[in-house]
Amino acid sequence: MVASTARPLLALEGFDLSWRQRLEPLLAAGRAAGASLVEVFLESTDHIGLLAEQDRITSVSPAFGRGAGVRVFRGERDGFVSTNDLSERGLMVALEQALGMLGLTVNSNGISGFDGLPDLRDYALAKGDWLVACPTLAESTDRLLEGTALLEQHGQHLQARRGSYARDWQEVMVAASDGTFARDIRLHQSVGLTALAADGEHRASQGRRYGSTDRPDDLRQWDAQTAAVDLCASTQAMLHAEYVEAGTYPVVLANRFGGVIFHEACGHLLETTQVERGTTPFADRIDAPIAHSAVTAIDEGLSDGAFGSLSMDDEGMAPQRTVLIENGVLKRFLSDRAGELRTGHPRTGSGRRQSHAFAAASRMRNTYIAAGPHTPEQLIESVDRGLYCKSMGGGSVGPTGQFNFAVEEGYLIENGRLGKPVKGATLIGEAKEVMPRLSMCANDLELAAGFCGSVSGSIFVTVGQPHIKVDAITVGGR
Amino acid sequence: MSTTTAGTTLGLDAHALSEQLSGLAQGLGIERWDLGAACSTDTSVQVDRGEAKQLKGAQRSAITVRVWNGDGLVGITSTSDLSPAGLARALSGARDASAYGNADDIPAFSPLATAPLEPLDQPLVEPRGILELLDTLREAERDLLGRHAAITTVPYNGLAQRSSERLYLNSAGACREQKLTTASLYLYARGEEEGRKPRSSGAVRLAYGLQQLDVAGCIAEAAERTIAHLDYAPIQTGHYTCIFSPEAFLDLIGAFSSLFNARAVLDGVSLSNRDALGSTLAVPFLSIHDNGLHPGNVGASNFDGEGTPVRRLALVEGGVLRHFLHSEATARAFGVEPTGHAGLGAKVSVGPHWFEVGPSAGSSGGASGLNRHTADGVVWIDSLSALHAGVKASQGSFSLPFDGWLIRNGEARSIEAATVAGDIRAVLKGILGFEGEAKLTPDGLCPHVWVEGLSVTGDA
Repeated sequence: MVASTARPLLALEGFDLSWRQRLEPLLAAGRAAGASLVEVFLESTDHIGLLAEQDRITSVSPAFGRGAGVRVFRGERDGFVSTNDLSERGLMVALEQALGMLGLTVNSNGISGFDGLPDLRDYALAKGDWLVACPTLAESTDRLLEGTALLEQHGQHLQARRGSYARDWQEVMVAASDGTFARDIRLHQSVGLTALAADGEHRASQGRRYGSTDRPDDLRQWDAQTAAVDLCASTQAMLHAEYVEAGTYPVVLANRFGGVIFHEACGHLLETTQVERGTTPFADRIDAPIAHSAVTAIDEGLSDGAFGSLSMDDEGMAPQRTVLIENGVLKRFLSDRAGELRTGHPRTGSGRRQSHAFAAASRMRNTYIAAGPHTPEQLIESVDRGLYCKSMGGGSVGPTGQFNFAVEEGYLIENGRLGKPVKGATLIGEAKEVMPRLSMCANDLELAAGFCGSVSGSIFVTVGQPHIKVDAITVGGR
Repeated sequence: MSTTTAGTTLGLDAHALSEQLSGLAQGLGIERWDLGAACSTDTSVQVDRGEAKQLKGAQRSAITVRVWNGDGLVGITSTSDLSPAGLARALSGARDASAYGNADDIPAFSPLATAPLEPLDQPLVEPRGILELLDTLREAERDLLGRHAAITTVPYNGLAQRSSERLYLNSAGACREQKLTTASLYLYARGEEEGRKPRSSGAVRLAYGLQQLDVAGCIAEAAERTIAHLDYAPIQTGHYTCIFSPEAFLDLIGAFSSLFNARAVLDGVSLSNRDALGSTLAVPFLSIHDNGLHPGNVGASNFDGEGTPVRRLALVEGGVLRHFLHSEATARAFGVEPTGHAGLGAKVSVGPHWFEVGPSAGSSGGASGLNRHTADGVVWIDSLSALHAGVKASQGSFSLPFDGWLIRNGEARSIEAATVAGDIRAVLKGILGFEGEAKLTPDGLCPHVWVEGLSVTGDA
């Protein structure tokens, strides 16, 4: 029997105002025990994952869960305990454990100094019907199969075609002894297509992913045709591509997911978690130039529908538009509650976590390089011999600031024009050296959805940029 | 169904859980079901220059339940709610999802789900208090910071302990249970000298409990590796003979394990195909086994997600591809027995446990007398990074940043920054030989591996 309505498979109990009576005693007990701040994060999730292969749905994976993260501060130190047990006893056990980590014990005679929670800031008020407004399983599977069929229609030499869809619904409530009391509902949907082409010894695989936040209708609006045509063209271009010759090149990076260069090369180094660890070279560079004057970089949680957008962060704070770098000069770090406490950088609404099992940390949201005055063609024309990176893969940055990321679809630039496709390129560098070489920005800023894994788990983000030019970067190849 | 005892250990009662599931299933008209469940309690600490910043604890529970509907199609649901209401929700959710089961590939119970299991020697160690963990890590950090003036921070460090239970049940009477305790330590130090770029390296250790953890060895290895990378120099781009450390080679094999994965073969995303068994994949002196039961594999399980016993399996012997890793469904498709490498899902995943890499029995083992300490013009790859981004498993190619040394006349000098690129098939056929005894690592057993003719790109 096929479910025919939009009703979710699994009905979950929400976090309503009755939780105030359960949370206030907990916060009071923590404060009375000597904690300088107590924070409780409640979470309820409802997830659907779908996979289509060739012309079949091969996996439907619902998952749901509930849990809490209890965090207790004593000075700059904190103890964090997560649990799946949301009973009063379960939460109290978690609090006692968190207190015990800081050498504190619940003391019924202690004076808490906690005045109770204020009115609930309820960001979820208008979102109560989002889950039921999402596409049904039947609709979702149909859309995925439409995508894999379009790949077959537009592709050549395709050996494997896949479509995937994930719908993540999350309800959270945050209560803290500093008077934070907020609730939100988040909805993330992402849909992706991948194709593997094979022709004798030649093989190429490419993928595209599209994601949105807080748009229940988004899968219905997904442009499967454009996605499939773009992916097939990219796969075809790379199927017979030669390996790139290793060396140092000027590089033009396309807009949208090209923004991963800033995310990896610099964005992570502007999180206060890096300041705390002493792993960023920019720790004492506020108001100093750290990049080319062509670069203005922003991180914000506000872009409508973007994958990293938030109504509030996971510490209950409304997100800001944070200008990180303005005309090459470092202006701000991204900070969460602990980051503010330990480094002095004010919170920016950037406290984020994958789930209740992680303590929040300063993390990027929608991070992008602002548009510049040039056209993309002007950037390419300015290069005699270099590399055009049309599509980027994943990347990473290490504890020394050395970053890397993979080029999925690349072309040589010869005499200011795009040349033959090349594959196997990995770009590596160090933020301090590369940011001053980012010398031209085009006028075509766009964002792209992605996932970022770091200290507080895997979270939804966007990266973005216009076309940019890096004067010289190391390209690993054959 | 979960209980908390002494505030530290969650418990799964397999018998009670089975009875409860049977009752719920009966009420929903579900005749056939299976379930995987896990509970764990974790504590962990991190320090920064003697100060504890965050101490963590976690109690986790999770179940995955599969049901077969009246048409024989399979549905699945996962949940962290092990209460009766949570189980009921999971069962009904799985029943609803079964309407979308794939009629072309229907999982079944493993025929080996009740077969005898190889016993594991896994002592259960009582967890220590978190403040003792903190003291141990603080001392380790202090020791490491004192090993060299350039080491001023250990930005990535952690000491953790876990008590866990897992089980597999099915409506045909299978009942597998395992309890395990583990402890882990990682220390990644950062070294920096005046006017020079920062350098970083580290080490990891696993054991069944804090008492058995080789803390001193972890400190020594982290210090040795970090110090060895301080005096760095650029490397000229070119082709080099490369010596992979055991950790690096195991990482590379792991990244390309779809070569051995029957699920990937059936899906057309492996470099291998159905007819590849018996073909020459590597030099004739290479063997690769998957052996989840190896005594060095802390955290081993003797049954997989479908209840199939785990066993040692030859993947490559004498350079020839011998077996694939199987779930119940892939084994059925190939007409063989499942091998104990399945997960649990609507579409069951397949994956390796723990590799043993080395010379084939009775073979020459390749070139003899290989010694990186007397070599000239070779690159010694200590560790690979960014495997998630730099490996194209379905194409065979890789381009990966690495930490390592260029060896000139037996003198090793750390490489400033570089990538190594190649094709896994060329690597497996370009192995010159092995150096030294196999080393026990968290991911497997492997000696140093010499490979000729890899492309290395130096930083500008």
